[in-house]
Amino acid sequence: MDTSRSPMEPSGFSKKIAAFIIIVYTVVTLIPITWIVLTGFKSVDSAVSYPPEVIFEPSLEGYVNLFTARTRQSEEYLDSLPPPETWYEELVRSKDMVITGPSKFFSRYLNSMIIGFGATFLSIFLGTLAAYAFSRFKVPLKDDLMFFILSTRMFPPIAVAVPIFIMYRKLGLGDTHIGMIILYTVVNLSLAVWLLKGFMDEIPKEYEEAAMIDGYTRFQAFFKIVLPQATTGIAATAIFCMIFSWNEYAFAVLLTQFNAQTAPPFIPTIIGEGGIDWPAIAAGTTLFLLPVMIFTVVLRKHLLRGITFGAVRK
Amino acid sequence: MKKLVIKSKGLSDKAIGWLFIAPTIILLLLINVYPLIYAIRMSFTNFYANKLTQVVKNVGLKNYYKILGKEAIWEKMQITAHFMFWTLSLQIIIGLSLALLLNKKFKGNELLTTTIVLPMMLSPAVVGVFWGYLYNPQVGLFTYIVNFFYDFGSFDMLGSGTLAPWAIVIVDTWMWTPFTMLICLAGLRSIPGYLYEAAEVDRASKWQQFVYITLPSVLPFLLLALLFRGIENFKMFDMVMELTGGGPGSMTELTSMNLKREAFEKWKTGYSSAYAVILFVTIFGFGNVYVKVMNKIKDR
Repeated sequence: MDTSRSPMEPSGFSKKIAAFIIIVYTVVTLIPITWIVLTGFKSVDSAVSYPPEVIFEPSLEGYVNLFTARTRQSEEYLDSLPPPETWYEELVRSKDMVITGPSKFFSRYLNSMIIGFGATFLSIFLGTLAAYAFSRFKVPLKDDLMFFILSTRMFPPIAVAVPIFIMYRKLGLGDTHIGMIILYTVVNLSLAVWLLKGFMDEIPKEYEEAAMIDGYTRFQAFFKIVLPQATTGIAATAIFCMIFSWNEYAFAVLLTQFNAQTAPPFIPTIIGEGGIDWPAIAAGTTLFLLPVMIFTVVLRKHLLRGITFGAVRK
Repeated sequence: MKKLVIKSKGLSDKAIGWLFIAPTIILLLLINVYPLIYAIRMSFTNFYANKLTQVVKNVGLKNYYKILGKEAIWEKMQITAHFMFWTLSLQIIIGLSLALLLNKKFKGNELLTTTIVLPMMLSPAVVGVFWGYLYNPQVGLFTYIVNFFYDFGSFDMLGSGTLAPWAIVIVDTWMWTPFTMLICLAGLRSIPGYLYEAAEVDRASKWQQFVYITLPSVLPFLLLALLFRGIENFKMFDMVMELTGGGPGSMTELTSMNLKREAFEKWKTGYSSAYAVILFVTIFGFGNVYVKVMNKIKDR
């Protein structure tokens, strides 16, 4: 398209300076994340040494501690035990401890998945229907309804948490997966409807109209023409909903404790002997952040749209 | 006659429209609007959610008087205002600068943009936890790096009343600057190149081009970023809760954290409902006025 270089095209030198500053910023901004990933592979002792160790002997102690519950035992008792069967038992024994069972981390991680997927599925399902209706039909008070849907996002979670807490207690939904799925669905709905409406607006109406002239009903046209066209948009929206549910903390910490507790309120409570077990926390953090980082790379083309509710489309 | 035609083609568009929208609206009414109305109702009572046998009395506006007259609450508002002012200013300045640099379209641009964006996608609560480790006065990397450049000796970002409010500003800025950056970048890319070419012909200096072309074009985008960040930081709870827990003392206790304390630790349900309503009205009022002003600027 632009065959002739415009006079505004930045010069090579200014480009180099810009690239340099951006690279420096990128490196600095990545330090905290890198550091936490590295800490996950440190031993407990190495994690609390000062000055911080950049070069260290890698250890899986953090990951073992993350997934197991342990107790300290006397040397005589340890000697009386049969030799350790697995590498992780051996690692724990070398610290004078024995594994007493699995920790809660796995179940909390699983809860995050179940609630995340459940809420994503529901909000996409409801959001797609509503977005289609808003995009195609003359709905009375359309703008007001759309604004109402958006405004639910302004509610500070803590402000509605009190009545929801009481409601859930009455209905028996407190600390249940269903309760959390419903709650996250509601929080995600505003984003789902707004984003999906934008995506649907971009699909030409003529396709469905042609199909309907050929004898398709509105439902058939919706399922066979519009949905396949909107797949990318639906997938991008789904990832945004998933990330939100995955990261949510305020409702989780207030409404769940045992049964349906997700990972974000759990990770900070990981403690070791005589203090915070940083490698275990770092390991849990790494495993928890990993899916989101992958999703971010997958989403990069739709990122802007997602974070602005479709207001900026690029 | 008309009915027959519609029937042969399944439900009417109007019926389908309502069928598709109704579940969403009903769910939002049940789980968002009803709780809000419920909260408003409770805000006029002395209800305690942990004392179910106690007789609930109507106390009128007493809760509201109490809250607005309480100095401690104004302190929390002031802490929130400090947090919002500094995070928003820094994020706008740094975000816009980064966007201007990225707009020079050098090699590897896309990859760097995606990498820079990572922090804002992470779970704020978990971010709070691991920054707590970085800030640790004995073993933290942050402490080490600062001392590497200038030897302050041991200092405690989270333990000192003067430093802690800045500790949360730093983390929020680290996390959310990419947000303003992305939005500003979209703004910059929307400026047609011929504007600059025309300016060049008119011999406008680079600075003049920046002030008269770049800034006005990016302004609507900046205002949008400010709106989103403003709402989010007014509601801020997760990251700061895990990073400082409001401490030391209550030096970093933002309003929503304070509200959580009143509602879920002291169980003053009626009182905290009034508190919630005040916060909600504040953000909703500000938000509405802001959007009106923003639209005026956009239309200009």
